[in-house]
Amino acid sequence: MFALSKALAKQGVLGLNHRNAGYTLWHNPRHLFPLVDDKLTTKQLAEAAGLAVPKLYGVIEIERQVRGLSNLLKPYDDFVIKPAQGSGGDGIVVITGRRSHRYRKASGHFVTQEGLDHHVSNILSGLYSLGGHPDKALIEYRVQFDPVFEAISFQGIPDIRIIIFLGVPVMAMVRLPTRMSDGKANLHQGAIGAGIDLATGRTLSGVWKNEIVTEHPDTEQSITGVQIPHWETLLHQSAQCYELTGLGYQGVDLVLDKTQGPLILELNARPGLNIQIANQAGLLPRLQMVEKESKNLIKLEDRLAFATRHFAASSNDPSEPRGQ
Amino acid sequence: MNKRHLYLLVLSLSAFGLGLFVYKAAVLQFPLVPQTQAELWNVEVHLTFFAKNKPVKASLALPRNTRRYAIVDENFISQGYGLTTVKDDENRRATWSIRNANGKQHLYYRATVRRVEVADLHTEPRMPDIAISPLLGAQLAAAQALLADIKEKSADATTMVAELFSRMKHPNADPNLQLLLAKDYSPENKLELATDILDLAKIPNRIVHGVRLAEFQRQATIVHWLQIFVKGEWKSHHPETGSPDIPSNYFTWWRGLQPLMDIDGGDKLAMTMTVAPNQEEAIQAAMYHTQLATPELLEFSLFSLPLEAQAVYRILLMVPLGALLLLVLRNVIGIKTFGTFMPILMALAFRETQLLWGVILFSFVVALGLGVRFYLEHLKLLLVPRLASLLIIVILLMAALSILSHKLGLDRGLSVALFPMVILTMTIERMCIVWEERGASESIQQGLGSLAVASLTYVAMTIPYMEHLLFVFPELLLLFLAGTLLMGRYSGFRLLELRRFKALTQ
Repeated sequence: MFALSKALAKQGVLGLNHRNAGYTLWHNPRHLFPLVDDKLTTKQLAEAAGLAVPKLYGVIEIERQVRGLSNLLKPYDDFVIKPAQGSGGDGIVVITGRRSHRYRKASGHFVTQEGLDHHVSNILSGLYSLGGHPDKALIEYRVQFDPVFEAISFQGIPDIRIIIFLGVPVMAMVRLPTRMSDGKANLHQGAIGAGIDLATGRTLSGVWKNEIVTEHPDTEQSITGVQIPHWETLLHQSAQCYELTGLGYQGVDLVLDKTQGPLILELNARPGLNIQIANQAGLLPRLQMVEKESKNLIKLEDRLAFATRHFAASSNDPSEPRGQ
Repeated sequence: MNKRHLYLLVLSLSAFGLGLFVYKAAVLQFPLVPQTQAELWNVEVHLTFFAKNKPVKASLALPRNTRRYAIVDENFISQGYGLTTVKDDENRRATWSIRNANGKQHLYYRATVRRVEVADLHTEPRMPDIAISPLLGAQLAAAQALLADIKEKSADATTMVAELFSRMKHPNADPNLQLLLAKDYSPENKLELATDILDLAKIPNRIVHGVRLAEFQRQATIVHWLQIFVKGEWKSHHPETGSPDIPSNYFTWWRGLQPLMDIDGGDKLAMTMTVAPNQEEAIQAAMYHTQLATPELLEFSLFSLPLEAQAVYRILLMVPLGALLLLVLRNVIGIKTFGTFMPILMALAFRETQLLWGVILFSFVVALGLGVRFYLEHLKLLLVPRLASLLIIVILLMAALSILSHKLGLDRGLSVALFPMVILTMTIERMCIVWEERGASESIQQGLGSLAVASLTYVAMTIPYMEHLLFVFPELLLLFLAGTLLMGRYSGFRLLELRRFKALTQ
């Protein structure tokens, strides 16, 4: 047990207690949390800063509006419904089309108007929000994912998570939906997380249910070495989120749309730790390097250059000297 | 810098707590281990009633020295009331009176009794008078028939009483008994009938009421038994077992058919009786030392509180121990539970139900509740109405479980009533949501995790040694506080995280 703990510490793996005590509690002042906890606020903030986000079709704020849901949805064949304050992807429904009076979910299952209404009122009553507060339901553009991911995702939309520490991208992964995850890009629901080389934007090996994999379990295509398009833009956009929210340690979730390119989906003030397994590397040495150099990392260009110089895949080698 | 601040705070808290503890243990000689057999008991009766701007007279039966227990100290707390105590050859009674009172009134009687080992008092009990049975008409005929039947099947007065009690256990089997008891099968009514029948048989007898001095009881119940006079001495009979033996830890309070308490000029008379082992002699001695050395320490200690409040703090002071354990299980081991403090509340409920029954009842209620909750899912209810209906269903389930287990003769099942139902409702709701979103195994895992943590917390919170230690030395809580503060900055791996990140070391 102690040997394992020691080995992990040597790898620089960040644990939940350490993340909370050393990073999120320290660098993320609580008064900034509402900016990222409410996706509507985040969206408006990002739009104002000129960052690309999926188009908002409508917001349902009170129970009375649920009756008008079918009218609101009429012009759209496909859309996404999500709770404004949801966490971990819970409560998100992706509708890909219609057949007569039913909606087709990303998984291929059908849902009735009544089922959709109930889901929205569940969102409003706070079922998916942190602490059970009353919530809003957002209805927005369904991202048409980039064909690069066609072979390595099962339904749903893969998304890209980049950890930004003091404005510097420190680690990234792409989350690939599987049959098990019901088309959702959530690791705890069974999606694959594949690490990304920050310097080149190429995928490394992946993790599926805490297990290292190199192939997608449903499509059996290799998930390593895939070049993510628009990588520069992705890094650029995500690093700008530091100025957007002021949170020192945050996770930025982006998607690649076929026509619109990278879009920011949401920001996370307490990003998960599985990204370390996906990258086969610990976060701690990278965070410490950034902390040490943070005085020289003010300009966006400097921060991006620092990331590509220090956090390339080859520097995952544990023999690399670590920051103090 | 900030960490140094924390360490300093932790250090001073532990130094102060530990210092006081050592001073009390070493200098004032407060005992570190509880005495096994308490010989001194505090019994406190707390009377409450509502006065209506009129003269009030309230009376209470008082205990007197018995063969087994001697009253060493007693006092009455009653502001503004006049107090008289009357003694006849059987009982003592206290009467409080006041010219004018209004609103809720509180009266206290507190006695300290000591176990005495004198086998016999020298006074020879004299032959009591035989009362005349008040039974008349059909009742008299029924009683005589019953008596004849019992006499037939017994050899002497002792076996006769045993036979009578064994019949009273199943009153429906005997039409005579049914008539005599008139559908009131309470122990008191049965005892009253027993005296009437024994009067008819010309056997001197009396009812005795008392309390069991065995453990801490926040709400002690009065127990009743019967004594008959044979061969020059009083013999006790336990109405439940019929055996001619009363455990030696039963303390006689009063005798006869009089009620324990009585009120004139007020209403809603209620009583709580608290039984507590007296702070053992070791503590008494320590308190004496304290009185000499630092009287302030005693003035502001838990021992200065009334017994009822002391009883509450005995339990409350164990909660921090549970919290500390919970902290370790969650943040160092990494066990997931439903709700942060839910396991502690469950552990407190387990105190009343005992562990095994607690776990069984909890599993039952949660499993049944989950079944109902899955059904409610189809109705597509909004969140708050859904939670409220689930709460009502949980209470109904608890009532049904109580009735069912009572019918089966499992009286432990009654204690399900003490479960925190709101916590149960939220647990069921969260389990259901996790079930739907993360799958059954994750949900059951978290449920079992919560139950395991609750059980461990219960075990920790009921260690008698810790209870003694924390009650006598509450300053140890400062050490607990220091520990939790320190844990607040613990940034090492959680034990279950090691398994999760294991793939990284290969």
